[in-house]
Amino acid sequence: MKLFGRKEQATGEILAGGENAIANKEVEGLSQGQIVRRRFFHHRAAVIALITLGSLILFVMTSLDSKIGPIRIPGWWKWTVEDIPELRYEDCPGGTTGCPTLSLKPGSSFGLGTHPFGQDDIGRDYFALVMNGARRSLMIMFVIGAVAGFIGVVVGSISGFYGKKIDAVLMRLVDFIQTVPTIIIAAVIGKAAGKVGPLYLALFLGILGWTGLARLVRAQFLQLREMEFVDAARVAGASNLRIAFKHILPNAVGQIIVSVTLIMAGAILTETALSYLGFGVVAPDVSLGLLISQYESSFTTRPWLFWWPGFFIISIALCVNFIGDGLRDAFDPRQRRRITKKDREQAKLQVKAGE
Amino acid sequence: MILFGSSFLVYNLAAYASDPLAELRLSTDDGARQQIISLTRSLNLDTPPPIRYFLWLRGVLGIFVGNLNLGMTREASTVQEELAYAIPVTIRLVLVATITAVLFGLALGIISALRQYSRFDYGMTFLAFLLYSLPIFWVAVLLKEFMAIQFNNFLSEPNIPIRWMVIFSIFTGIFWSSLFGGERKRFWSVFGGAFATSFVILWAIDLTDWYLTPGLGPILIGFLAVGIAFGVTAISTGLSNAAAKKAALTMAGLAVVWYYPAQWIFNNLASYFTIFILISLIVLSGLGLSRLYSKIDRGPIARTAIITGILSGFLILVDRIMQSWDDYRATDAVNGRPVPTYGQRKDQLVTEDFWLNNLDIIMHLILPTLALILISLAGWIRFTRGALLEVLNQDYIRTARAKGLNERVVVTRHAFRNMMLPLSSLFVGEFVGLVGGAVITERVFGWQGMGTLGIKAINSYDLNLLMGVNLLLSILVIFGNLLADLVYSALDPRIRLGK
Repeated sequence: MKLFGRKEQATGEILAGGENAIANKEVEGLSQGQIVRRRFFHHRAAVIALITLGSLILFVMTSLDSKIGPIRIPGWWKWTVEDIPELRYEDCPGGTTGCPTLSLKPGSSFGLGTHPFGQDDIGRDYFALVMNGARRSLMIMFVIGAVAGFIGVVVGSISGFYGKKIDAVLMRLVDFIQTVPTIIIAAVIGKAAGKVGPLYLALFLGILGWTGLARLVRAQFLQLREMEFVDAARVAGASNLRIAFKHILPNAVGQIIVSVTLIMAGAILTETALSYLGFGVVAPDVSLGLLISQYESSFTTRPWLFWWPGFFIISIALCVNFIGDGLRDAFDPRQRRRITKKDREQAKLQVKAGE
Repeated sequence: MILFGSSFLVYNLAAYASDPLAELRLSTDDGARQQIISLTRSLNLDTPPPIRYFLWLRGVLGIFVGNLNLGMTREASTVQEELAYAIPVTIRLVLVATITAVLFGLALGIISALRQYSRFDYGMTFLAFLLYSLPIFWVAVLLKEFMAIQFNNFLSEPNIPIRWMVIFSIFTGIFWSSLFGGERKRFWSVFGGAFATSFVILWAIDLTDWYLTPGLGPILIGFLAVGIAFGVTAISTGLSNAAAKKAALTMAGLAVVWYYPAQWIFNNLASYFTIFILISLIVLSGLGLSRLYSKIDRGPIARTAIITGILSGFLILVDRIMQSWDDYRATDAVNGRPVPTYGQRKDQLVTEDFWLNNLDIIMHLILPTLALILISLAGWIRFTRGALLEVLNQDYIRTARAKGLNERVVVTRHAFRNMMLPLSSLFVGEFVGLVGGAVITERVFGWQGMGTLGIKAINSYDLNLLMGVNLLLSILVIFGNLLADLVYSALDPRIRLGK
């Protein structure tokens, strides 16, 4: 049956116990951190995603003016969100206004032009708007990740470490928050918090988003608590805190990091969805979801108002997802790098050289 | 208990976060003051929220004495009425989407796991991550533009440009050749075959204006049914089982023979009950065929025949629905633009015709379902792939292979069943999650379901309505979790509840 095929390969892999040796040889004499780092950098998609996300963040953050306390760092982009330059009429298709000047066609028009992403209804530079929105969305994403990650780890580790009554109480709390439909409660809070500002919105969403992580950390703790090295540490006189932080948490850190990246990828979609519904970031502020919802109806006539924010949402979420995937593979001890033909031949050569 | 706590929390949170009278207070109109007074009386707004919650709770607990009272909405209708209208709409949307997504996700995930590290696997992984990262409202707008508006425009002047035929055929070619994998020569031969086939099909469709008067016809159904017969036999029992093959082929033959009688039945006796009767007939004849062809081991043969029969019967049904397409387009309500972007029904479409009505429902379902499928498909591909890879690494799979079972039996009997354990409980959770998650889809496509109701409640500060929606969703989550546990323990004898 070709449909199920590859039988030879599967059995071959079992028979060739030597491949384990190849994989083991690679990690000989390396610390856990080194192994993880090495594995991560072998994951091509994850590395590409990391570089892309890094440059994206740099690009977005430096493009506009930013304020840190009293210091004002000027951005490299000529327009800001407040500027209202004149609307462009010339050479726009079908009588529309403010079309993008970005042109990749070789020739005289090649280049960025004055408004590479176009202009909105009143003439504001769309590039500046999108950059500002992407900034908001990135900020919200990181805040949600940090808040949800922190609460999740703390609650999960307390619950798993002490067990019994504390565990029962905390897990009921988790159940309790999980039964509340996220989008509804987020909408209620968002409607109230949206006026206060996006930072508070992010904090609230973070407070709602930790339940899955808490369960995961708890399960890890329950499992690791029974391990022999924990008994050994206890016999050696280590305190509870020391056991939790030095012995158990480092073993669970892989799963935690992976889970936090997934929370972050979900967070950016939640935030944009809420803003789209009108319950997230509200009007004078800009966010990617809000931009899409504002210009949804103008898609047929001025599609650029719709494409760019979506493009940024997708690239950010995609990068975070791929990084998470790379980290998962890197931390998973069972995961082995795929043994290629080249590896096999090299191993054979080494064996021959040894003889 | 949890339900009590969470509803108490939400009630108070929502009550303190919003002021239902804010807009009216700003107004200087005399009528506004009247309204304030009447609203305050009907919604008990002068009671503080924590106490008002218990008034609401008393109405909810009335369900035990057969007197459920969820309170009034601002428009003075009862919450029960609104919910009763919205629930079936949402369930219809989510059920269709979940089932389709699961079927496709399972199939793609299984192939992806069996062909681990192949081109197909990498393609699927990338696709899954891409779909994961898509905001649903963005996809929905794109679907509206390209699947509805552009497609409707296309229908008014139907002809497929050669360029698109070639591009589409190249994609089909890449899909199938990466699916079959293999060395370079095999890759190109499969690619060529798939490319040529899809190009010819598109060309034929273009020549015959098939999308204006679509249909399958008995000959095409015959070919497809024989194909289905072979496919189902190959997966279900293996082609070496002669009796099963004969039974499935006979079933395919029966489907063709029944084509014209079925047309008569469909035209004169169309109803859901008739369809149910026909399905029972297929099951009975499947059982009969297994008796005819074999004396031993009838179960798998009957299974093969029945699945073949139902799939072929489905083709005939699809054919019948397709025949209504031309009439549907011509009706005044549709006016030549058959793919709708808004609403769950066409109110102007008043007809007694069973097929037209169903086609209308299907056409309205297509876009929102597609959006939901795209979003949840990613999860299913990843879950299935992960679960199957996990199972395939188990010792019992190695044992099964070592004792010489062929790969089909190993995959379908040993791996597939064990893989379904974790997935079955996920299915319940996913379904429940989607009911809440359909909010955005409903809003974009203008469906009057639970999500739209919830948004309306939040926007108009309608506390009772919000609590009704919230209560229902919470109950769904709790029962969903319970059901998932029960399913899991029923399927897996190693797990015992409440020991």
